[in-house]
Amino acid sequence: MEVLKIATAGSVDDGKSTLIGRLLYDTKSLTDDKLEAIERTSKQKGYDYLDFSLATDGLVAEREQGITIDVAHIYFSTATKSYIIADTPGHVEYTRNMVTGASTSQAAIILIDARKGVIEQTNRHFFINNLLRVKDVIVAINKMDLVGFSEDAYNDIKADFEELMGKRDYQDQKITFIPVSALKGDNVVNRSQNMDWYKGQTLLEHLEELDLQDIYNVGTPRFPVQYVIRPKTEEFHDFRGFAGKVYGGELSVGDEVVVLPSMTRSKIKAIYFYNKEYQTAPRRSSVTITLEDEVNVSRGDMLVKVGDLPIIDKQLTATVSWMDSNQLTIGGKYVLQHGVNKALAKVDAIEHKIHPDYSGIEENVSSLNMNDIAKVRLKLNKPIFYDRFKEHRTNGSFIIIDSRTNHTAGVGFIE
Amino acid sequence: MSTLAEEIKKPKTINSADRPNANALEHEAIYIIREVAAQFEKPVLLFSGGKDSITLVRLAQKAFWPAKIPFPLMHIDTGHNFPETIEFRDKLVEELGVELIVRNVQDSIDQGKVVEETGKYASRNMLQTTTLLDAIEEFKFDACIGGARRDEEKARAKERIFSVRDDFGQWDEKNQRPELFDMLNGQIEMGQNVRVFPISNWTELDVWSYIQKENIEIPSIYFAHKRNTFLRDGLIWSAEDGVVFRAEDEKVEERIVRFRTVGDMSCTAAVESHADTIDKVVSEIRESKISERGARIDDKRSEAAMEKRKQQGYF
Repeated sequence: MEVLKIATAGSVDDGKSTLIGRLLYDTKSLTDDKLEAIERTSKQKGYDYLDFSLATDGLVAEREQGITIDVAHIYFSTATKSYIIADTPGHVEYTRNMVTGASTSQAAIILIDARKGVIEQTNRHFFINNLLRVKDVIVAINKMDLVGFSEDAYNDIKADFEELMGKRDYQDQKITFIPVSALKGDNVVNRSQNMDWYKGQTLLEHLEELDLQDIYNVGTPRFPVQYVIRPKTEEFHDFRGFAGKVYGGELSVGDEVVVLPSMTRSKIKAIYFYNKEYQTAPRRSSVTITLEDEVNVSRGDMLVKVGDLPIIDKQLTATVSWMDSNQLTIGGKYVLQHGVNKALAKVDAIEHKIHPDYSGIEENVSSLNMNDIAKVRLKLNKPIFYDRFKEHRTNGSFIIIDSRTNHTAGVGFIE
Repeated sequence: MSTLAEEIKKPKTINSADRPNANALEHEAIYIIREVAAQFEKPVLLFSGGKDSITLVRLAQKAFWPAKIPFPLMHIDTGHNFPETIEFRDKLVEELGVELIVRNVQDSIDQGKVVEETGKYASRNMLQTTTLLDAIEEFKFDACIGGARRDEEKARAKERIFSVRDDFGQWDEKNQRPELFDMLNGQIEMGQNVRVFPISNWTELDVWSYIQKENIEIPSIYFAHKRNTFLRDGLIWSAEDGVVFRAEDEKVEERIVRFRTVGDMSCTAAVESHADTIDKVVSEIRESKISERGARIDDKRSEAAMEKRKQQGYF
């Protein structure tokens, strides 16, 4: 079964949790006991409608404050696809969670309250999804019931949003507008009886038709080696397999490859998945590869096709989203984790800070705070093998680890 | 049904299809398990004998074939296990040729570290935490692989794939590391350990479909069978083995039941079912209107039961 990961973004009270609850309810994904629990708690709280956010807000602090703090993962499936929704909090201070949710998603839903229209938060949500090059963005204009299901209200908001679209860097991003009422159920799963003027798909219809093949970035194959398998048994005495996941393109038996960083050439001898051999390892498959020649390969090395070399360099410039309460400072030293490879990194310069509402940049910055996004130059202690994020979402990104705390302090998208 | 041992010994064959299956969840789980072996010095796989940990074992086999699984399995035995799961565990370990570590809740009780609960709802489920944390310290495990899934419970929905625990095994839910793209940060300080959840993104149905597709052997209590039971709070409890407290007015009746989840006997209720094959179980789950943990009394203690247990070091 195909799995589609979706991130949601919306401001506080835009009805994100209600929308997810509605999706679960109308696809009959909520089991009786969960539904009963929601009914019970809604009644206790004195609400006269079902509070679906109770299904997703899993932490005590969230239920106390009625807000979502941390990314929650929600699962449902239809006959054609399995869905994983990363429900990400909407407050400004939780930008890091939005970046996290978007990094693992192929599609995003941005919610807008029809009464409020495009607000600063909307800019930020769109900016982040565009920065992370999420392929398919759905702008769900919610609470249409509160504006009398008005087509004019919908068109005004759409026009405002389209103005933002002119400023985006990733122009190929597909954007779809859908007027919905999550509370009443209009255009989420079922077609609205109140908006005859809208001829497009419902939210679920749109998601059902997304082609996953199309939605993953296609590029050249990259095979970062995670682990070397040496069974040392009689039967597999000389077996040396390189275990890893294939990114970007696919690899086949007979392909001529280069091992990085040693630049040694060899040929793919066999591709294993468990105890069977295959001709081809498709994108995103976790396989084990053996080579024709005795080559020295260890964790962090990378196999690429001859003629398809990535950039091999000790310096890089990246857009960094900072996620830690300790500041990033010029001259600061960190561990850079690029896929399964690690290097030491020193912050050479902060070129400028980017306002995530598209309003511009700020120069002469000497440090970054949590939730800041900036263009940063890094110097490494050894070369890594990367692609530009634009061309390769996986091989063009890295995380920054603060070795004093071991926290994942930031994420970078390589220019 | 092919056993794990047969799978291991099966000679390699060129598959007629020229590429492996496209089960994204399986490839993701294998990637995670390999990261554990590569990033940690002393990992362990927590094995309960339940379907999720059996699935984990199969995934670990796939991750390292033709080599053996490069870490031991550990069972925290509450002493209240279904006898079928223990038999199954021992057979599996023998076939795999991996090391099995067993640590008993009874020992923690005997040492006075924990006190047995009393009363109608007495369970050893909470007590496991102490035994688990002691075992982690004893063996200096730095990573514990577990079969928890985010769809099980809403506090688990917030859990990371690499979830860092401090010296006291505590989960700091408000200060979790962000996980971006596929990158897993396993850097920890001395004394900390990481709980790893490779099947985080699987649903109950995904697990059952996988068991079906892979022909994985599972303990017989997962299939419909006759059992002496009694009713309490609308749930069906096993009246066999004397582990679950039964009041005199709670009448024993024979029912055809199976277990959807297999935890400590004292907190796991059965469901009425005639599903006696894996195919029937899969269709039953597909049609089910009750969630898996609906039969787990440990979650019903309060709205935040799981979150509280996790903060204290529970899985």
